[in-house]
Amino acid sequence: MNERKPKIRVRDLHKAFGEKVVLHGLDLDVGVGESVVVIGGSGTGKSVLLKCILGLLRPDSGSILIDGEEVAGIDANVRDEVSRKFGMLFQGGALFDSLPVWENVAFGLLSLKKASRAEAQEIAVAKLAQVGLGSDVSTLFPAELSGGMQKRVSLARAIAADPEIIFFDEPTTGLDPIMADVINDLIVKTTREMGATALSITHDMASARKIAHRIAMLYEGRIIWAGPVEDIDASGNDHVDQFINGRAEGPIKMAVRA
Amino acid sequence: MFSGTAVSHCVRPPFYLRSVGRQMVEIGYYSLPVVGLTAIFSGMVLALQSYTGFARFSAEGAIANVVVVAITRELGPVLAGLMVAGRIGAAMAAEIGTMRVTEQIDALTTLSTNPMKYMVAPRLIAGVAMLPLLVFVADIIGVFGGYLVSVYKLGFNASNYLQSTWDFVKPEDVISGLVKAAVFGFIITLMGCYHGYNSRGGAQGVGAATTNAVVSASILILSFDYILTELFFAR
Repeated sequence: MNERKPKIRVRDLHKAFGEKVVLHGLDLDVGVGESVVVIGGSGTGKSVLLKCILGLLRPDSGSILIDGEEVAGIDANVRDEVSRKFGMLFQGGALFDSLPVWENVAFGLLSLKKASRAEAQEIAVAKLAQVGLGSDVSTLFPAELSGGMQKRVSLARAIAADPEIIFFDEPTTGLDPIMADVINDLIVKTTREMGATALSITHDMASARKIAHRIAMLYEGRIIWAGPVEDIDASGNDHVDQFINGRAEGPIKMAVRA
Repeated sequence: MFSGTAVSHCVRPPFYLRSVGRQMVEIGYYSLPVVGLTAIFSGMVLALQSYTGFARFSAEGAIANVVVVAITRELGPVLAGLMVAGRIGAAMAAEIGTMRVTEQIDALTTLSTNPMKYMVAPRLIAGVAMLPLLVFVADIIGVFGGYLVSVYKLGFNASNYLQSTWDFVKPEDVISGLVKAAVFGFIITLMGCYHGYNSRGGAQGVGAATTNAVVSASILILSFDYILTELFFAR
């Protein structure tokens, strides 16, 4: 791990929606080839953080460096170059339901004209095999697949263009524990095989322990604790303790609406 | 703002010809039945109503002229536009809105594809290209509807009716109708895409986007119909 020049360096990131401040001076580093998982309760801004880094949302202030290059608030044309380093697994899969599975997987390749349609289909089938899906799936439509299969296809799409950085947005949400573990294994396997850097967000601790090298806890718009996954149980931080043990009582007060 | 960006993406490469083709079939071909039915009945009603009116002045002979002018200038484009707004504008808003709330539009961006170029531009192009064609077909069917009623119900001579239709139809009537149709095609697809693209908050948001797309497209069609008529024919 290269401590001097992290793959992703976020400094003093601020983002608010109207009156509601979501990110309030967030700092985060992700080293090359490292897998960092950001944990935090629902609505603490985990997705907003990802979307800011991806360029889907424009942060109010702060800096985001990818390979030492500033990407916060840059022009859309330059953004395109940076986006090519990214792969993203969306929470709901976000597969294009008008396209068959293989075209979904090969979408990035086709849009960048990296491959002809025939080649793209071959690559897609190979990527599907990597996530444990047979070639018979490739001609189906996303709506014909189960939730777990959709997640796998979405993973195959995220890795199809061999990205340097892969983002995982709650990869195990909505899956049964066994399928969740299968997906976790696939994430570990594919990122390791590709040597990719991974930034994930989740509130599933089992998933976080499995895929993370380091864990960072997001609370009230800041990272309040970050450390190696082995240290998470001895963090000495009440907020982290409460979260990983899933207790309703503690320093974190959930906004419970009637 | 949205329309400016959208239009600029229509004329800049890369083009998604496959999507344009698919949208053309969707807008043009699958709208034919509903537009055809609308046209034939409005042609028939027009003949029937103007007969009642003109009989008072013993001017029944003018029915063929009235039908062809009204259909080509006005009823063809407006009724086809309104029907397509209901059919296509709603479908587009719902589809793009669902893509928005299920993060598919975000996914496009992460896959190095500009959603405006991939989603919106093909629909705009297809709308502007197909609506005139649809309206042209609607013109023919509408005139035929008027012919049916005049000949079989009101007892006009078939060849006389056709002859006076043919004599009276002027190119500028038809062309002005087709220009209107192209503008309406742009309005319908733009409203469908715009409201879908900016929809928020799940199923309810998509529902609202659909309603807004149809309502705003219909109102814009009617107001632009007046503006264009003013431009073409007022002196």
